Amino acid sequence: MTEPLLRIEDLRVEFDTRDGVATVIDGLDISLYPGEILGIVGESGCGKSMTALSIMRLVPMPPGRIAKGTILLDGEDLLQVSEKRMRNVRGNAISMIFQEPMTSLNPVFSVGDQIAETILLHEGGSKRAAWQRAVEMLDAVGIPAPKVRAREYPHQMSGGMRQRVMIAMALACQPRVLIADEPTTALDVTVQAQIFDLLKDLQKKTGAVVVLITHDMGAIAEMAHRVVVMYAGRKVEDGPVDEILTNPKHPYTSGLIGCVPHLSPDPSEERLPLMDIPGVVPPMTRLGQGCPFAPRCSEALDKCRSEIPAQSVVGENHRVSCWLIENGGP
Amino acid sequence: MSEQVNSQIQDASESFEAEFKIPEIKHPLREAARMFARNKAAVGGLFLLLGILILTLVAPFFYTVDPFDLVWAPLSPPGTENAPFGTDYLGRDILAGIVHGGSATLAVGASAALLAVIIGLSIGSLAGYYGGWVDEVLMRITEFFQVLPTLLFAMVIVALFRPSIATVAFAIGVVSWTAVARLARSEFLRIRSLDYIKAARSISSSNRRIIWLVILPNAMPPLVVQATLAVGGAILFEAGLSFLGLSDPNVMSWGFMIGSSRDYLMDAWWTVTIPGIFIFLTVLAVSLIGDGLNDATNPKLRER
Repeated sequence: MTEPLLRIEDLRVEFDTRDGVATVIDGLDISLYPGEILGIVGESGCGKSMTALSIMRLVPMPPGRIAKGTILLDGEDLLQVSEKRMRNVRGNAISMIFQEPMTSLNPVFSVGDQIAETILLHEGGSKRAAWQRAVEMLDAVGIPAPKVRAREYPHQMSGGMRQRVMIAMALACQPRVLIADEPTTALDVTVQAQIFDLLKDLQKKTGAVVVLITHDMGAIAEMAHRVVVMYAGRKVEDGPVDEILTNPKHPYTSGLIGCVPHLSPDPSEERLPLMDIPGVVPPMTRLGQGCPFAPRCSEALDKCRSEIPAQSVVGENHRVSCWLIENGGP
Repeated sequence: MSEQVNSQIQDASESFEAEFKIPEIKHPLREAARMFARNKAAVGGLFLLLGILILTLVAPFFYTVDPFDLVWAPLSPPGTENAPFGTDYLGRDILAGIVHGGSATLAVGASAALLAVIIGLSIGSLAGYYGGWVDEVLMRITEFFQVLPTLLFAMVIVALFRPSIATVAFAIGVVSWTAVARLARSEFLRIRSLDYIKAARSISSSNRRIIWLVILPNAMPPLVVQATLAVGGAILFEAGLSFLGLSDPNVMSWGFMIGSSRDYLMDAWWTVTIPGIFIFLTVLAVSLIGDGLNDATNPKLRER
C-alpha cells in the first residue's frame, strides 16, 4: 500500500475523574491512506469520538490529557506542533462534522455567514468572494435555491439541511481529512441515505480521506473501504470492509454484525435470530487486567481474564487482538 | 448510483421550488421587534421614555428659565404666575428644574448602567468561559462587591472624591455591576458547552473570537434586558444619593431637587412630589421596556 496520509501511533488519552484516572484510549494505532473511507465502529463510550477529538487536538484539557503517542500528518506530529500551527490545520487540512446538526450551528448567524467565515478564517480574501464560495458550497451539497438559503438561519432548516450545511462548512477549505462523527445518528433513515450518498460523492470528487465514526454496521457496509473496530479505547480488529463483514475474527465484531436486523418480506420464513451483546462497556476507571471485552464474551478463556491479547495478523491487512486466534479462531 | 440519487434529489427540489414559494426569511432581530411591538405595555413604556427624552433634550431650548434663578416668592404653590409647577424654598422655578435637570439624571443613569455592564460583562464572560481558577478568583471578587452594603459603599466613593455627575455615575456603576457579572457568567457557562462552540473550535476560531463573535451574540438577549433594568436602578440610586446630599450642588438634577427640598416635604409637597413623579415615570418607562425586551427575546415566552 502507499504511504499513509495520517498515522496515529500508540495513542493514549487519559481523563482525571473522581474515581481516578480513566484511560479512554490506549495503545491505538490507525493509519489513513489517500482516497479511502475509513470506518471506526464501536458502542457508545468506546473512544471513537475521543479519537476524532485527539486528531483535532480538541480533547478538553483538563480534565483530559494526551499521555502518549504521535499523530503524524504528512510526517508532522500534530501533538507536538504549536497551537498556532494547529489552528491552521483545523478546518483547513482536517475538518470535522458533528453528530448533532440541530445544535452544531450558531443560531444567531445565517448559514451563509458561517460558511463564509470559515473561508475567511483560513484563506482570507474579500467577504464577497467568500460569500460567493459559500453559495457554491451550498449548491454542491445539494441545497435547493442556495442563493436564498444562504441567507437563512439554522432554525429555519430541517435536520438534514443543517447537516448538509455542516458538510459544506467542513469542505469549504478543501480539507485532506474529513472526520464525520456519527453524521447521521440524529437524522431520519431516508435522510441518512441521502447524506451518505452525498458524502461518498463528495469524497470521490475532492479525494479527501473520510473517517466515518459510527455504531451502525449497516453504515459501515454501505460506506467504508476499511474498518477499525474499537472497544473500551482499544482497537480490537481492523481490516478491509468485506473481510470484516464476512469473516469477523473478534467476538465483539461478530456481535456488532449480529446486532443489525435483517429485513425479510416473508413472515413465514425462518428469520435469522437478532443477536445482542450482553452487558455494557465497562467504566474506564475500572478496567481489569485482561481483555476488556472478556466479561461480556461468551467464549472467553481463562487467559482472556488475566492478559491483554496481543495483535495477530489473520489476513492481508486484517489484524485482530484476541486470544481465541491462537486456539484456531472463534 | 449516487449520481442517480442526486439527480433525483435535484428533480425533487426543483419541483418543490415550483410548487411552494420559499418562505420569506425572517431575521431574528426583526422577529423580536415584531414581538415587542405586540406588547402594549412595552410600547407604552417606549413612548413614555420618548416623551421624557424630548422633555429633557428639546424642551430646555424653549423653556430657557435658569433653574438656579430666583423667579418668584419662595414656596409658591403650583399654578403661580411665572412658575406653573411652583417654586422651592429659594424661589427657584420647579418647572425649570424638571426641564433642565432631567438630562443630568438620565446621563447619570445611562452612564452608570453602561459602566456596570462593561465591568460585569468583562468579569462574567471571562469567568464563565475559562472556568477553573479564573472563575474562582473572579467570582470571589464579585462576591466581595456583592456583600458590601451598596448605598454605604457608593457614599464612601462619592465622599472620597468631589461630588460631581461623573463621580456619582462612577460610584453607582462600581456598586451595581455584580448582577450583570453573574448573569453573563451563567450565560457563558451555558453556551460554552454547546455543540456550536465545539464546531467553532473545529474550524479553528480563537478564544477571543469565540468569546466576542460566537458566545456574546448568543448571550445578548438577557444581558440587554439586564442593562435596561440597570438604567432604571441607577436613576433611583442617583435620586437616593442626591436625597442624602451626595450630588453635585452646581448641577440641577431631579434627585438634587428632592434632596435640597426634603426639609419642606410637610409644608410644600410640590417641591419633592413633582420631581419624584418624573423619576417614577422614567424608571417605570425603562422597566416596561426591559420587560418587553425580555419577552420579545425569550423564545420560550413567544407562544404566549
